[in-house]
Amino acid sequence: MKKKVLLAGVLLMLSAGILLGCANQTSPWSEAEEDLMRTLWLESLPALPPDPTNQYADDPRAVAFGAELFSDTRFSSNNEVSCATCHIASKDFQDGLQLAQGVGTTDRRTMPIAGTAYSPWLFWDGRKDSQWAQALGPLENPVEHGGTRTFYVKLIQAHYKTEYEALFGALPDFSDVSRFPVPAAPIEDEVAAANWAGMSEEDRETVTLVYVNMGKAIAAFERTIMPRTSRFDLYVEAVLADDISAARDIFTADEEAGLKLFLNEANCTRCHNGPLLTDNDFHNTGVPAVADLPEDTGRARGAQQVLADEFNCLSVYSDAAPEDCKELRFMLVESEELERAFKTPSLRDVANRAPFMHAGQFWTLDEVLMHYNKAPDAPKGHSELEVLNLSESQLQKIIVFLKTLTTMER
Amino acid sequence: MNSQNKTIIITAVVTAVLVLVGFFVLMPFLGPRFMHPMMERMHGGGSSVSASDLNTDTTRMTNNGAFIVSFKSQLDPIRIGSMHSWILHVETADGQPVEGATILVGGGMPDHGHGLPTSPQVTQDMGGGDYLVEGLRFQMGGWWEVKFNISADGVEDNVTFNIILGG
Repeated sequence: MKKKVLLAGVLLMLSAGILLGCANQTSPWSEAEEDLMRTLWLESLPALPPDPTNQYADDPRAVAFGAELFSDTRFSSNNEVSCATCHIASKDFQDGLQLAQGVGTTDRRTMPIAGTAYSPWLFWDGRKDSQWAQALGPLENPVEHGGTRTFYVKLIQAHYKTEYEALFGALPDFSDVSRFPVPAAPIEDEVAAANWAGMSEEDRETVTLVYVNMGKAIAAFERTIMPRTSRFDLYVEAVLADDISAARDIFTADEEAGLKLFLNEANCTRCHNGPLLTDNDFHNTGVPAVADLPEDTGRARGAQQVLADEFNCLSVYSDAAPEDCKELRFMLVESEELERAFKTPSLRDVANRAPFMHAGQFWTLDEVLMHYNKAPDAPKGHSELEVLNLSESQLQKIIVFLKTLTTMER
Repeated sequence: MNSQNKTIIITAVVTAVLVLVGFFVLMPFLGPRFMHPMMERMHGGGSSVSASDLNTDTTRMTNNGAFIVSFKSQLDPIRIGSMHSWILHVETADGQPVEGATILVGGGMPDHGHGLPTSPQVTQDMGGGDYLVEGLRFQMGGWWEVKFNISADGVEDNVTFNIILGG
């Protein structure tokens, strides 16, 4: 009798053990969730596609030249500002400020650079459609670098003639001050605009071509700035390999729960999708306007600007054929949805990138998540957000998850 | 000995039944951490769209029956975030290819209340009732509608295609 009870007990315990073992190894993820996670995984990022607008994009000499230009403060009106002033390498190529500080203060937050080679649109409003066209914007912006193109091409002549000529061929002589006055550029500044108008068309084209080549070199360097592996990527790798116990060594229960919310109830992947966690598109999410800043219509204006941009994909300075310019040719230009729509930023390294939104409106991820949870009306246009009604504890789990998107130490 | 064996077998069977019943009955309620196949189906893979209710045929008759329209995506399967083209084929209700039609493209996500992120256009009448539609890009997963307004030989009609994208 004793033997029987013992045997039955052993059997029961064995069964329970098997059951628990099975349960522990069962993935918390459905097939659809795993498919979705795979699309967000950095390993799913395709090889960098060629940039048809920039024939120098993958030339290592352009990369090296561009890297030098990127951090050369001589390329500014006060000798103190370079691209690297706002795009600080140790801070994911941004500056941690609400509004970018060049020679003056801009109306928007500095954007990070990693992975922008994959984006058809640059800037918060997408007013540029290539990395090189983007790089040229701040150079002639009066509150960023504050210079003009004649000033810059003379600096190239003085300091980078060898590097320039090795890549782009003979550098024209810009030393004749009467033919090449400084400042001169087709910008709002009256003196610069008048000087520019006074130049011959041929000289203007000569200057602009060298200026464009500067941008193409800077873009070649920026193309090499890529996102790197985060703990999230390791977790996805383990999940896709069906190694749940390894996955759970990588993520805590809260991080896993946060990811679950991120993929489902919180609707995050509507816009933050793909391996860069951005759809590279524009959305009005009802982000509050900043009282002291001029009205910002976001993509509504950006779409008009890129269409008229002297450096867009269809311009004479672009190396692309018209059939390579589909993003521009089939761009949405007239739509109420573009009003106060801003570009979806990548969420990779987001936890290191306060303050958030296009003018640094929120200092903490708590504020950001609270905004998405409440989905307030947009100051102008229509917010795409829907009220989420998540609990405080759920919001905290999403934040904990977002921190797993931080690049791991090398 | 015989009766002892019997008892052991009965105990084993009862235990197995208990374990199995416990697994199938209780697991769905133990939370997603121990996701049960049944529950997975109940969750529907996280999609908010009841995909089964939608007609996702790639050949459809226009609303008033004037044309039969079909599309073939040059990106197959369609992935989110990729700019691509479609070939649209237009026939009359009795199967004659329609050439020289004027076709407008629209659409969006009915669940989200927004339109298409691009302005796709018919850029080429390829002959034989085929038209090249360029500039399509869907930037998020879910239920999309792509609508065509077709005018040919004084007849105008509309057709809507439903597309369900994962991710």
